[in-house]
This record gives sequence, structure tokens and C-alpha cells, in this order.
Amino acid sequence: MLKAVILIGGPQKGTRFRPLSFEVPKPLFPVAGVPMIQHHIEACAQVPGMQEILLIGFYQPDEALTRFLDAAQQEFNLPIRYLQEFAPLGTGGGLYHFRDQILAGGPEAFFVLNADVCSDFPLGAMLEAHRRQPRPFLLLGTTANRTQSLNYGCIVENPETHEVLHYVEKPSTFVSDIINCGIYLFSPEALKPLRDVFQRNQQDQQLCLDLGDGSSGSWPGAGTIRLEQDVFTALSGQGQIYVHLTDGIWSQIKSAGSALYASRLYLSRYQLTHPERLAQLIPGGPCIRGNVFIHPTAKVASSAVLGPNVSIGEGVTIGEGVRLRESIVLHGATLQEHTCVLHSIVGWGSTVGRWARVEGTPNDPNPNDPRARMDSESLFRDGKLLPAITILGCRVRIPAEVLILNSIVLPHKELSRSFTNQIIL
Amino acid sequence: MKALILVGGYGTRLRPLTLSTPKPLVDFCNKPILLHQVEALVKKAGVNHVILAVSYMSEMLEKEMKEQELRLGIRISLSHEQEPLGTAGPLALARELLTENSDPFFVLNSDIICDFPFAAMAKFHQHHGQEGTIVVTKVEEPSKYGVVVSDTVTGRIHRFVEKPQVFVSNKINAGMYIFSPSVLQRIQLQPTSIEKEIFPVMAKEGQLYAMELAGFWMDIGQPKDFLTGMCLFLQSLRQTQPERLYSGPGIVGNVLVDPSARIGQNCSIGPNVSLGPGVVVEDGVCIKRCTVLRGAHIRSHSWLDSCIVGWSSRVGQWVRMENVTVLGEDVIVGDELYLNGASVLPHKSIGESVPEPRIIM
Repeated sequence: MLKAVILIGGPQKGTRFRPLSFEVPKPLFPVAGVPMIQHHIEACAQVPGMQEILLIGFYQPDEALTRFLDAAQQEFNLPIRYLQEFAPLGTGGGLYHFRDQILAGGPEAFFVLNADVCSDFPLGAMLEAHRRQPRPFLLLGTTANRTQSLNYGCIVENPETHEVLHYVEKPSTFVSDIINCGIYLFSPEALKPLRDVFQRNQQDQQLCLDLGDGSSGSWPGAGTIRLEQDVFTALSGQGQIYVHLTDGIWSQIKSAGSALYASRLYLSRYQLTHPERLAQLIPGGPCIRGNVFIHPTAKVASSAVLGPNVSIGEGVTIGEGVRLRESIVLHGATLQEHTCVLHSIVGWGSTVGRWARVEGTPNDPNPNDPRARMDSESLFRDGKLLPAITILGCRVRIPAEVLILNSIVLPHKELSRSFTNQIIL
Repeated sequence: MKALILVGGYGTRLRPLTLSTPKPLVDFCNKPILLHQVEALVKKAGVNHVILAVSYMSEMLEKEMKEQELRLGIRISLSHEQEPLGTAGPLALARELLTENSDPFFVLNSDIICDFPFAAMAKFHQHHGQEGTIVVTKVEEPSKYGVVVSDTVTGRIHRFVEKPQVFVSNKINAGMYIFSPSVLQRIQLQPTSIEKEIFPVMAKEGQLYAMELAGFWMDIGQPKDFLTGMCLFLQSLRQTQPERLYSGPGIVGNVLVDPSARIGQNCSIGPNVSLGPGVVVEDGVCIKRCTVLRGAHIRSHSWLDSCIVGWSSRVGQWVRMENVTVLGEDVIVGDELYLNGASVLPHKSIGESVPEPRIIM
């Protein structure tokens, strides 16, 4: 039997996802119409023998998370539990802390998935590789181009055996074009090296205490384990870590811009996995171009033109003559007549007045380079806001006829004029 | 009576429109700029001979003027300068035409638009009996212009002050004059500025009077002012001939629509819009403060503010154009683009947004 762990992080993380992460935990942000981690759960639920899915993080369990878990358990008929860390424990600390829960029932192996990745999750192929030759750690790897690889964990493998010979997290010079996807399959033995790191950290902490460094209470290392540096880097080349390469879809979801890109990847994948989620051209319905998700409760006028890559959330109202392309419109937002929304995310309950134009600039990977990935997703360069997708936070009001270009509008803001290249507090 | 209109050169300030059409023939509120002046001269002052001082010859202009001669029943001559002669030289060049009789004659800059006061000018000129009358108009910021200092009662001009730093007057030369033929003795056939070289001398000799213009006035020689002039002109129409303005569903404020133009459903047109012959505006379009020239086509859900759309241009769906964007003739703007202050040369097809003002060659 198998289990899966999804590492969902906590509110201190995901700052690059602001202002959208103010309203909903980032793992629940809708990507291609469903919460980000629902894609993970769907992939896990399809693996034969999956017994349980555990979410580990340090979010306070709120109503949204509880509701999501209840709905997901029902839908997939699988125990899905949230295990809350007492403090941020790093990418590996939670796995060690909750080891008893993970190993309860004696799983043959367990998947570990970072929440902020978009992937076609080739879990079946990973499991096959594991069963052919069980190892403590199997990482999913993919390729990136030379410059972009520096933003990721880089893996050097033995091309014959796929053993990981060397692992560096975000190197400053080129190491390898194979990068870590943040998707793993661990055998129960994997917890031994985690225990070693934990104990070593405890000893280090004790040492600090003995030396009279009185800051132990807030010592950041307490219980913290960094899976990448403390485990993968330390254990590479010792026959314990292997990599499984994929050329399927994969992207990080660190910023709002990458959420829009991930939405595009998932929407195109729906043609295979969930054709029922893609809007169809129907008589008297809106014009659909390419892959579009429309929540069944959304009201869309027949003269609207949507797509490609558009996701429309629950209870959204789209007026006559609206144009939407490469955008996400969140729960309860209203786009009045003739608005044009391009490369943007319209926040929950926001209103865009008629003939307004909300437009961003995409920073998608070069489509002509199969190895291209999202660039480092910082908002600024040399103190200037970089042109990026436009984001309207929750309950923002955009008046009629104005232009909001390459801007981020924080929640509950009522604008009265046009803005270009600005963050509007 | 006669009138000489200083048409001059290529009208480069009104490019890209004047790359396709000589400036006098560019439609302003659905009528060529020049005809606004010529018709007023004929109707208000009984002018029967108009001389156009041009420094380049255009077949299009010649042909159009022949037609207008017939239509208006007047004589229109083209006086062609071999080299640019400034604002006074063209009078010397046309000396023979201007002295066929001893009547005073009008001289106009070709770029101005106002409620032309030609009858009042003739009367005023006859009343003071001296050599010249210039029309002056009030401006808010005189320091940007050359101002005219004149007697408040008689109108006799004392002097001209270029860009005054302290307030001396708020009246500027409006580019409309009436002269007795004797003024020609002051002008040689050579490049000469009437404002800088002739008027100061006439003023000193007590031969020059100023008549103040009532109502609006605008030099429409460049796109930004062209649009401002349109707003003023339409407002003046509202007061004098409201029946010429268009009304109907979706029409806001002063809007001029050629009878052959077509407007779709759920549009918002105006205030201050002029739609030329054969213009098509599809459904759900919002246009304010724009001139749309003959044969242009605006596709659905687009939004235009402060633009001039050139002849036969096509603007795609969900386009946003603003900030004195000027499309030359036969320009195509792709769907969903944003043009901010773009100046687009004729026959150009645009496939990318222009977020900052620039010229698209």
C-alpha cells in the first residue's frame, strides 16, 4: 500500500504570491479552475493502492481548508488529513515530525509532493521505477536551459544508473541542466537519514546552549530539516538517491504570473484528463477560443469572447461584449460590458467597469525552447517594477473606461483613474 | 472682394494625415479645412476671388479647387511660390491679382478655425480708413505668444511684444487680416515675415488696427489642437446650428455624423466626435473626442478617446486608442491592441501595442 504527503508550507511562505495569498492559502488558489493541490490529489488518487493523503504545513486550519478537505475526501473516497506543524520545520522537518503517521499501516513507499508545482505527476512511472529497484529516495527530474537551471535544485546523475551523484540547490554557476521537480517517492528507509539530520541538529543546538548562546528558544534550527541541502546534497553519490527523468509538463508556481502559466498547462492537459472541464462552443453561448474553464455557476453573456487560457470562477458575471484572454477571474468578480482583460488575474468580488482595459505582460517561458522554464520571478529589477501580469486583489473596483496596465492593485481598493506599471497600495 | 489664403508648404505639423492629402483638403468636422474659410468668405463678405498661396503644387488640390470654383461660382487661383516666401512674400507674388481693383482684400493663415468675422472685418476696416486691420483673440497665457498692444477704444495698434514676461496684453494675432492695396508697396518679392517685418512698421505709422474676435478660435495645424478645435467648433454649432448635430440612442453631447456613416448597437458616441462619410462603427464601441475620417471602420467593443482615425483605416475589436493617437490613411490596427499617443504612417498594419507615445513608420 502507498501513501502521499503534500507539503503545503505556510502563510510566511508564498509572499511572491501576494496580494492573492492574503485571501486564500496559496495551495488552495485555483489553477485551471480547481484548487492548486487538487491536481496533486487527483494524481495521487489514481495510483493503485493509495491508502491515504497527508497534507503537512503550518497554516492554521481555517474554514476554506477544512471545506476543501471534506469535499476532496468525499470525491476521492480516500482519507485526506491535514497535519499542522507546531512551527515551520522546513521541507523535511514535517516529514520527520509526523513519521509515525506516515508510516502507520506500513506503506511500501510514499510520495512527497511540493504544493507549488504544476505537473502531469507521472507517479505511476515513478512507482514502476521504484519497484524495479527500490531505493530510499527517488526524485523526479526534468531539464532546464543553462541559465534558468540556476534558479532550481540541480542534479548530476549517472546516466546509466540514474543515481544522483551531486545535488546543489540554486547554484551560482552552471552545474547541470537536470533540475529537481519537487516530486519524490520515498521508501520508509528514507526516514533514517532524516533522523540523523534531526539528531545532529539537536546536538548542535545543545552545543549552542552549553556555550551559553541564550537564544536557543528561537533557534531556527530546532526541528528544521531542509530536504534539499541537508539530505539530497549530503547523501548524493552514496547509492541512496536516484532520479527519474520526465519530459512531461512541469512548472513552479511561485508567483501569480506562474499560476497563469500553470493554468495554461493544466487546461491543455484537460483535453486528455478532464475534457468535461473545458467549455464548449454551444449555440447561444459565448465564443470560446482554445482552452477555457467556466464554473457552472458563472453567468457569461453570449457576445463575450473567451480564451485561450481563461478560467472563470464561481458566481462570476461576464457582461456583453467582454473579451478575456490569458486570464483568471476569481469567485464573484464582475466584468461589465465591453471590458477587455488580457494576461491578468481579477480577484474575488472585484468589479471592472465597462470599456475598461485590464492588461498585463506575460513572462512565460520561451515557447520555442523546450527546456525553457519560468524565469526567476522577482517583481523588481534595479528598483523598477518589471512589466508582468496585472493582478487585481480581492474586492477591487475599476471604474469604467480606464486602463490598468502591468499593475498590482492591493485588496479593497477603489480606483478612479488609469494606472500603468504601478503597485497600488 | 478678394482673399489670399496662406496655404504654404507640406503641412508637416499635421502629419501623418498630410502625407496622403494636402492640408487644406483634410476634413475638419466633415468639411475640408480650406472650405470652412472659403465658404465663409463667400457668404459673409461676398468674396468672389480666392487666391491660394502655395509653395508646393498638388494635383489633388488643383482638381478640388476647380470643382469648388464651379460649385461656389467664384474664381480660385493658385499662386505658386518657387521658393518659400514667408508670410508676406506671397502677397508680393500675387500683386497683380490683388490690384485688379482698389478694393481691400483679406489675407488668412490657412490653419485657423473660428466663427469667421469677415463682414465685421470689412466694416471695421472701412470705418478706421487706414491701411490694415488684424483680428486679435484673447488667450489665457499670453507669455507663450506674441501679443498685440492696442488702444482699447479705437483698436489702433501701439506695438507687438514677443512672449511677454510681464503682462502687457492678452490679445494675440488670430491670423486674419484685411488690407488696402497700398500695403503692397511695403512688401518686396522676397522671403519676408508679415508679423515681424511689416506689421511693426505699419503700427508705428498708425496704419494698423486690431479688431477683437468674439467667440472661439483655434490654430488647428497640429493633431492635438485639431481635436481641441473640433470641440470648440462643435460647441459653436450647438449654439448656432444645433440641427446639424446628430442625436439618437448612445449619442452623448455634441456629435457630428455624416448621413452615410453607420453606427451599431450599444455604442457610446461623444461628446465631441465627428464621423465622416462612409464610416462604420460596429456594436459596443465607445468614442469620445475623436475625428473619424471618410471610410474608416471601427470594429466592435473598441474604445477611442482623443484620436484622429485616417481615411479608410480599420480599427480591430477591443482596441484601446487614446492620447492623440493619429492613424494615417489606410492603417490597420489589429484586435485587442492598445495605442497610446501613436502616430501611424499611412498603409501601415499594426500588430503590437504601442504603450508609450511614438511614431510608427
